[in-house]
Amino acid sequence: MTTSTVTPPAAGTRQGATHHRGSRIEHNRQRWGWFFLTPFAVIFLVFLVAPLGYAFWMSLHTKTLAAGESFTGIANYQRAFSDPLFLEGLLRVGKFVAVMVPIQIGVALAAALVLDTLATRLSKFSRLMIFAPYAIPGMIGALMWGFLYSPRFGPASDLFELVGATAPNFLGTGTVFGSLVNIVTWQWSGYYMIIIFAALRGIDPAIYEAARIDGATGWQTAVRIKVPMIASALVMVVIFSLIGTLQFFTEPAVLRTVAPGAIPADYTPNMYAFSLAFAYSQFNYASTIAFALGIVVFVFSYVFLYLTRKKSGLK
Amino acid sequence: MSVQTAGGSAGAPQTTLSSRRRPQRPASEAAGRGPRTSRIGSHLFLLALVLYFITPLWWLVVASTKSNSGLFVGSGGPLWFNDEINILQNLRDLSSYQGGIYWTWLGNSFLYAMSAGVGATVLALLAGYGFAKYRFRGRNLSFALLLGSVMVPLTALVIPTFVLLAEFQLVNTRWAVILPSLLSPLGVYLIRVYAQDVVPDEMLDAGRVDGAGELRLFLQVALPLLRPAIVTVLLLSVVATWNNYFLALAMLRDPQLLPITVGLDNWQALSNAGAGGEQVWNLIVTGAFVSILPLIVAFLALQRYWQGGLTLGAIK
Repeated sequence: MTTSTVTPPAAGTRQGATHHRGSRIEHNRQRWGWFFLTPFAVIFLVFLVAPLGYAFWMSLHTKTLAAGESFTGIANYQRAFSDPLFLEGLLRVGKFVAVMVPIQIGVALAAALVLDTLATRLSKFSRLMIFAPYAIPGMIGALMWGFLYSPRFGPASDLFELVGATAPNFLGTGTVFGSLVNIVTWQWSGYYMIIIFAALRGIDPAIYEAARIDGATGWQTAVRIKVPMIASALVMVVIFSLIGTLQFFTEPAVLRTVAPGAIPADYTPNMYAFSLAFAYSQFNYASTIAFALGIVVFVFSYVFLYLTRKKSGLK
Repeated sequence: MSVQTAGGSAGAPQTTLSSRRRPQRPASEAAGRGPRTSRIGSHLFLLALVLYFITPLWWLVVASTKSNSGLFVGSGGPLWFNDEINILQNLRDLSSYQGGIYWTWLGNSFLYAMSAGVGATVLALLAGYGFAKYRFRGRNLSFALLLGSVMVPLTALVIPTFVLLAEFQLVNTRWAVILPSLLSPLGVYLIRVYAQDVVPDEMLDAGRVDGAGELRLFLQVALPLLRPAIVTVLLLSVVATWNNYFLALAMLRDPQLLPITVGLDNWQALSNAGAGGEQVWNLIVTGAFVSILPLIVAFLALQRYWQGGLTLGAIK
């Protein structure tokens, strides 16, 4: 009885619950929410909150052979933000964001829009093929491209000879940036394409009918109707791509084996933190770098979400 | 989706007609299906994309049939088979090199991906359902925390997690890879969004009136409805663990515990640095090829789930 009278407002509206908390049965029932949440909450506390807290604690301390661990306040952060190796790495992933995110999303969006207009066998096959790299670990993808770039194994020299040119060295200091952009684009565009494509499929076709009556062309439909209507999906893939790029690690780390000259051990902030921790055992400073990077990523994504909040409809 | 697809094939012949008499009926142009020229353009564009995305995979298939020296100097060049097909020998060598450690690595990858994938999915399922269907105290705050955590870069957690686990002597064990991989805030979010849509409160209430307990409602009413979301989250978390490299690289030292990604990377480093006898390029290539087969097969088999499902959260 009580449940049936109390529940509709409580379940139907978000704010409704507080007004009706009088019912004890209802109140007890809502405790089940915590029952369902607890297992995840434990993992969340142990493997997210605790490491973050611990990283922050470590970043405020410094370990020396003479004095052991001592509190040093923000000294590690002062060191980090004046450490040219960290700042260069940060600037480098910033450049990767500026180049790689637009290219990935551009390829994904173009492919999704084209696929959305077709229902042929080739289009279905293309969808699978473009998505396929997602099923391949980033490490293996980087490994494969390492072979393809290699002047010893790769097809580049043969292909360039066909047009009478010599192949560039893909693993040189100047070219490795583009080579990495290519690997990541290959690896991730298909995943973003699927997300965008499915969002396009979610649009009510009646809208296209209306556009047709108004005489819109395919291009106009795509740009003025489809793209704005999938804005929230676009915001989501940009966020994924942004976060992924700022923590760039696997591809440069794997490619470093074949191009140690072009990719130093501190190429990205994550690689720098890794080598500080595991090659030099500087865990306090490594935690500082990791935590500082985490803050940068969080701020970047938050600002992006804030700027796009009207378009995306996300809260 | 099926409606649109059907309309697409039925509308195709009409497109050419209508494009000639444009003023009257630009029929399916509006749905994005342009005149024939632009359809040819679209297909050429797709072909170019397919060529780009497929070339590395094709290279891998071809290269896995080559011997170590055949990779450098072969009759076929890098993008075609040599006269001598060496794949069986490569597979035999893969099983014997370093005592067949390759299969241990592949088994480890399976173990990590399956246990962490299933575990993360169960946790996300419970939590997502709890968020969607109960109005408990602290819910809004918890959910805000969850949303914020989606933006925390997981690699930033690896080094502090390493130090924490070291305190409990857990580094260099299987747990060091599996436990941190159980965390999937995005999975919780996806399940919550989906559960809000497909599990009607009325249905749960009807069950309550009939005297069903909350657990039974979850298992018998909600679970079947949530199946597509569960498969999607499972797929996402299995892939995330299977593909993970950074975490295992940091946590594991014992070669017997490595997943395939870190293992192959060790061989690559060895081959680059080592003398002739230690260069096992053919094993790296064949090993990489074999290791990607399971996920490719899984994705082909589960197509109908991921094609629509990976975007569960995006539609909202």
